[in-house]
Amino acid sequence: MKSLPDKHGHFDLFGGRYAAETLMPALLELEAAYAKARKDSAFAKAFDTYQRQYAGRPTPLYFAKRMTKALGGAKIYLKREDLNHTGSHKINNTLGQALLACRMGKKKVIAETGAGQHGVATATVAALFGMACKIFMGEEDIRRQAPNVFRMKILGAEVVPVKSGTATLKDAMNEAMRYWVSSVRDTFYIIGTTAGPHPYPMMVRDFQSVIGREIRKQIRKAEGRNPDALVACVGGGSNAMGTFYPFRSDKEVALIGVEAAGRGMETPWHSASITGGQIGVLHGNKTYLLQDEHGQVRDAYSIAAGLDYPGVGPEHAYFAARGRARYLTVTDDEAVDAFLFLSRHEGIIPALESSHAIAQVMKIAPTMKKNAILVVCLSGRGDKDAQTIIETM
Amino acid sequence: MGRIAETFEALRMTNSKALIVYLTAGDPSLSVTKDLVFALAQSGADILEIGVPFSDPTADGPVIQAAAQRALKAGTTLDGVLKMVADIRKVSPIPIVLFGYFNPILSFGVERFAGVAKDAGVDGVLVVDLPPEEAQELRTHTDAAGIDFISLVAPTTGKDRLKTLVGRATGFLYYISITGVTGTAAPKVEDIASDIEKIRKLTKMPIAVGFGISTPRQAGSIGALADGVVIGSAVVRLIDEHAQHTGLIRTVSDYVRNMKHALSQGV
Repeated sequence: MKSLPDKHGHFDLFGGRYAAETLMPALLELEAAYAKARKDSAFAKAFDTYQRQYAGRPTPLYFAKRMTKALGGAKIYLKREDLNHTGSHKINNTLGQALLACRMGKKKVIAETGAGQHGVATATVAALFGMACKIFMGEEDIRRQAPNVFRMKILGAEVVPVKSGTATLKDAMNEAMRYWVSSVRDTFYIIGTTAGPHPYPMMVRDFQSVIGREIRKQIRKAEGRNPDALVACVGGGSNAMGTFYPFRSDKEVALIGVEAAGRGMETPWHSASITGGQIGVLHGNKTYLLQDEHGQVRDAYSIAAGLDYPGVGPEHAYFAARGRARYLTVTDDEAVDAFLFLSRHEGIIPALESSHAIAQVMKIAPTMKKNAILVVCLSGRGDKDAQTIIETM
Repeated sequence: MGRIAETFEALRMTNSKALIVYLTAGDPSLSVTKDLVFALAQSGADILEIGVPFSDPTADGPVIQAAAQRALKAGTTLDGVLKMVADIRKVSPIPIVLFGYFNPILSFGVERFAGVAKDAGVDGVLVVDLPPEEAQELRTHTDAAGIDFISLVAPTTGKDRLKTLVGRATGFLYYISITGVTGTAAPKVEDIASDIEKIRKLTKMPIAVGFGISTPRQAGSIGALADGVVIGSAVVRLIDEHAQHTGLIRTVSDYVRNMKHALSQGV
């Protein structure tokens, strides 16, 4: 596959830079700064050092023996992003963007968050580099992800409750963008997923691609070959893109993204933008979007706050349109079953977001040959979801 | 020459400034919006900016966000707004600019939008999240239909970028008077003066200033620097406060008349 995005941030039909003029100079400045950093070996070295010494990389690729045996099909490996510092893959990206913010001389950072994982990862790097930090979070998410709100506050971040709309991730991002418009001269916006205006989708992808690069090395060492399939959950799509991207040209590797079907694809209560949406423009990029027939953005829903978003990263939209990756869906109930299954078969409590990927593996592994290899990105740990799960039990 | 250019030209002849009034279409209903347009055209508004409500208005402050929510709840659609403009056009020649976000237009279909908007009598469009880098998809059709594409210039816009923006703009240039979203701060007159001077060196196109203007004093002092001012959040707030009252139209008309008076005094 050709190298994308093009110079305007387009992934064929998708992506781009649909932003208000006030932000355009900042986006162009960011693009130039990132282009320079990307070629600078000192930047790469600093990023790598923090990844190893601070975040705890490389994360293990773990062969899930009991899970494999219970499902009776393909060999299942878990990429343990849950073992990163702060408990998810989000730290890969926030370290990269915070280092860039330092290079650009920005002393203040802001971020949006849904489940709170990106908020915690941003608050963490802000503390690490001594930057002021504001996190925008929907009031509904503040309620259901309370432990992460406490962590952000302990780390010294200000958590700004967002009341507009459905008070979830989409609204938090709207509010973060509005705040950024007003503070753009001295503030760096750390977007948490492969969405937003160019260069964010590309930049977040690059920072997260460490996941896929490590998988490639680790699985070759363990099995002597590439996996048959990679599976990852997709909200905005950062852990999935980080997993998929380094394998995009390996045609023998099937790429499977898992969207949240919530209460079912036949209901309006889901977050599956690729499976159930149409092309639209939101938050600075063109992508698949949940919307009504008048182009108004619909509310997304998922039991997993981190998947509760009506759009999806534009490169996923491109992968879907090109047929390079397949995007399937998993319901709330299936995700909860997978949450408990992994907890009880492997002693690993996965995040509800990652449980969607686990649920998909539970569907396909039994249909595959015993010598087939499946790698699933376990993007985060599930402590934050204990309350939600107890309520369903 | 289109109605927008004619309006600025006529005002220039008498050394007057344009008062551009923003209304969110469908707040509280499309029929009230229509009545407001007729009344404001008689009360000193030179150009009407009709906001097409969007679910995620990231460039708008709380006042216009709430108005968009009310309008959407009342069932307002782009289709309905275009029909309203067609109705207005049967009676009034006042120039109309549609102000909004790209997704409803994309969903409607860019080519179909240009055709329907032209037939309805729309004079210009201002799409907040469509910078020149992304505008071609729409402009291919709106330029062909003779609809002006109003471009935004921000306080953060640098010199090179300004040249590009000015080179592609039609109708008038909309200078954003604050580094922020609509209706959330008071503009600084000195900053606006120096920025407008820079823009004037590059173009003879009319310049309107908006995003934080609410008082007659601001209208007077900023109007003196530019070719027009835009008032939005202040009008929308007034509509919200008086939506249930019989005096709604008179109250808003009085406000607009005062603003026009201040603009013509230039103080």
